[in-house]
Amino acid sequence: MTTPSTTSLAVARVTRERRRAGVVTATRDRLGVLGCTAAAVLLVIVVAALFAPIVAPYDPDFPDLLAALSGPSPAHLLGTDALGRDILSRLIWGARITLAGPGLVILIATVVGVLLALLAAWRGGRTDTVITWLLDVLFAVPGIVFGLIAVAIWGPGLGTVVAGLSIAYIPYVARVVRGAALRERNMPYVSAAWLQGQSGTGITFTQVLPNVQPIVVAQAVSSLGFAVIDLAAVSFLGLGVQPPTADLGLMVKSGFDSMLRGHPIEAIAAGTLIVVIVWCVTVIGDRLTSSARSLR
Amino acid sequence: MTDRTEPIVVARGLRKVFPGRAKDEPIVAVDEVSFELHPDECLAIVGESGSGKTTVARMLVGLETLTGGELTVRGESRAGGVKRLADRRRWAREVQYVFQDPYSSLNGRQRVGDIVETSVVLHANRSGRRGSARTAALEILESVGLGEQFASKYPHQLSGGQRQRVAIARALAADPAVIVLDEAVAALDVSIQAQILNLLADIRAEREISYLFISHDLAVVNQISDRMIVMEHGIVVDSGETADLLANPVHPYTRSLRAAVPRPGWRPVRRDRLAS
Amino acid sequence: MTAPLLRLDDVRATLRLKGGEQTLLDGVSLEIGEGEALGLVGESGSGKSLTTRAITRMLGPEFAVTGEIEFGGASVLGMNAAKLRRYRSQDVGMIFQDPRAHVNPVHRVGDFLTEALVQNRGVDRREAERRAVVLLDEVGVRNPEHRLRQYPHELSGGLLQRVMIASVLLTEPRLILADEPTTALDVTAQSDVMAILDEQRRARGLALLFITHDLELAAACCDRLAVMYAGEIVEQGAHVYDAPSHPYTVELLGARPSIDERADRLPVLRYNRETHELMKAEA
Repeated sequence: MTTPSTTSLAVARVTRERRRAGVVTATRDRLGVLGCTAAAVLLVIVVAALFAPIVAPYDPDFPDLLAALSGPSPAHLLGTDALGRDILSRLIWGARITLAGPGLVILIATVVGVLLALLAAWRGGRTDTVITWLLDVLFAVPGIVFGLIAVAIWGPGLGTVVAGLSIAYIPYVARVVRGAALRERNMPYVSAAWLQGQSGTGITFTQVLPNVQPIVVAQAVSSLGFAVIDLAAVSFLGLGVQPPTADLGLMVKSGFDSMLRGHPIEAIAAGTLIVVIVWCVTVIGDRLTSSARSLR
Repeated sequence: MTDRTEPIVVARGLRKVFPGRAKDEPIVAVDEVSFELHPDECLAIVGESGSGKTTVARMLVGLETLTGGELTVRGESRAGGVKRLADRRRWAREVQYVFQDPYSSLNGRQRVGDIVETSVVLHANRSGRRGSARTAALEILESVGLGEQFASKYPHQLSGGQRQRVAIARALAADPAVIVLDEAVAALDVSIQAQILNLLADIRAEREISYLFISHDLAVVNQISDRMIVMEHGIVVDSGETADLLANPVHPYTRSLRAAVPRPGWRPVRRDRLAS
Repeated sequence: MTAPLLRLDDVRATLRLKGGEQTLLDGVSLEIGEGEALGLVGESGSGKSLTTRAITRMLGPEFAVTGEIEFGGASVLGMNAAKLRRYRSQDVGMIFQDPRAHVNPVHRVGDFLTEALVQNRGVDRREAERRAVVLLDEVGVRNPEHRLRQYPHELSGGLLQRVMIASVLLTEPRLILADEPTTALDVTAQSDVMAILDEQRRARGLALLFITHDLELAAACCDRLAVMYAGEIVEQGAHVYDAPSHPYTVELLGARPSIDERADRLPVLRYNRETHELMKAEA
């Protein structure tokens, strides 16, 4: 009959009370100053990308060959690329795909991964062994290899790469969630639900899932950063998004050629934006992970 | 209690062996334990840690399987363990369980009203509409002393005693014949403990229900139980009417347990040197 | 009358968090004389454990502590780092509810027992072990030489708590702070551990601050009792158990079921925060 320290309970209570105070305070508590900065930066990028048709000053695909490779000017804030397209506009449009592709990858991987993890944790025994083994095998193969295999089978393209990477990212979510779900499964409240005669599916979705949800979100966001890099890398290799579509990975590639001709802005701008996106996502993921842990 | 009625629970020669880790010997947690639980009776199983009392309770509800012996509830054997969902639901209506720790035995992401309503929906006859399940849940919460305003709260907004009331309400929602109370008041403060013990007495006064009360605390057992069995190292060493057993303990283990309880004029006594 | 060994005067501890602040110790005053045993009794949240943490200055920076805490005439709140370390390691010995959480599981019992002596007092390792063996024997641990070579997980809770008592006695403190030392133990082990603590403390003339939720246990092992409620001591003295005068103490004593007789209904505490505030306002 060990009783938890009442002081730590008092601290936890005050923290929780504050958490309910409002979305803004809640976010600030979970993310901290750095996390909030990251979230704000990411929000600006996402909004700009979403409203690209309004925000972008030019058509990203319109080539003005006469103005090709011009430096920054009031007309083109970041200058133009080798085909005379406005770099800023291409960055804004490119961010769309650079965010949407990995977002889709993580969404699919999370849904499949969580289902597998919950199944493994609830059924245990042979089901768990098989699923764990499968996840370990997937985990051993670098994500980008799956992208390349998918390209080898179905040819280059965003959809192909997203499909391949989605499979590759399943274990990133599933392994962590399975561990958390196993811990919850052994809690008395799960035994209580079982003794009440709740079905396995009912217990999994109404008891276990809500309690592992913070971990699911944290892990998904953390993995998003890796997915951004992997997808950009595949595009850079020319196997993902195909020209002339604006994509940050592709821009680094085409900007690379311009760089050799003394015009580094395109590659640097696109590369920097990728780094900023990844940084933001990683910081937010880290903060969510530690707050998910402290809630336990 | 007299034998004027058929017992609800009959345990004969219960045995539970846990496989030892790696090269350790298997552990015999429960051996040759027999008892009967009659309608409208409170039977206490008393023992110290490692006595096997909780294992017996867990076997009764199917949280542990039996290694040997026979266990029947209303004549139906439970020795094979609980596997099928339909069996689990049916048996949940016979025996319910309240855990020791009111913090981990409630789902922190479910509102109090929903916790009880889930149990009502599972066990009330299925013709009831959803609205009436809610009403029933609120009535049950009311009967354990939690007003309507508690239904929309989350467990972490409640005190330990209030949480344990919710756990009791969840058990009552299945309208069981037996509630197993596994050290259900052990983690509570004295002031709260008294309230919960009174509540448990009130529930018994209002409906026909039996308790299997697992406890290490002889004073609490004296307050609530009709009969008790004393377990030590997995076996039953003593049993009888609670009042008799505590007033005139004969078995040396029961005597030593009783002698160790602080009370007016009591002094702690040092036993012989400890070997284990 | 000589000065008390430990004196707390109007100690307040306030927990300050971004969401607001909460006063958890509200003017605690108590004294423990040389060789005296005081039982500090209260329910969870009453502030009894917080009091021990205040005495050893173990409250984190989120707490604002005011008032006076004196040990042997020296102000504890005013101690510098070196003095504080000496005070914690040599003047005061602490025994906790969960001994397992306070020993390093990968160190042998012998290392745990002799560590403080060897490192803080410069005692020779052999000599430290010899003293440990003598003490283990005194607290009723059979075959102490063998125990020194064992790991904590090989010992039962009751035995480990005896080892903790021995480790505290080894450092020869003047005051023992025992925070719910028997709450996690079985009743028979509780009786043992309290008997040993009591007998060793008396034999050495050590003062004891015994923190517990169990009024009866405290009354059996202490010279005086202090009852806490909501961060305050509502009543203290030698009379508390036999002739309680504060309504909270009276009700708390009545609410505990008895092993000798069965109450028709247990009296329920009517004393609550409201009555507490009212009584304060009247006083």
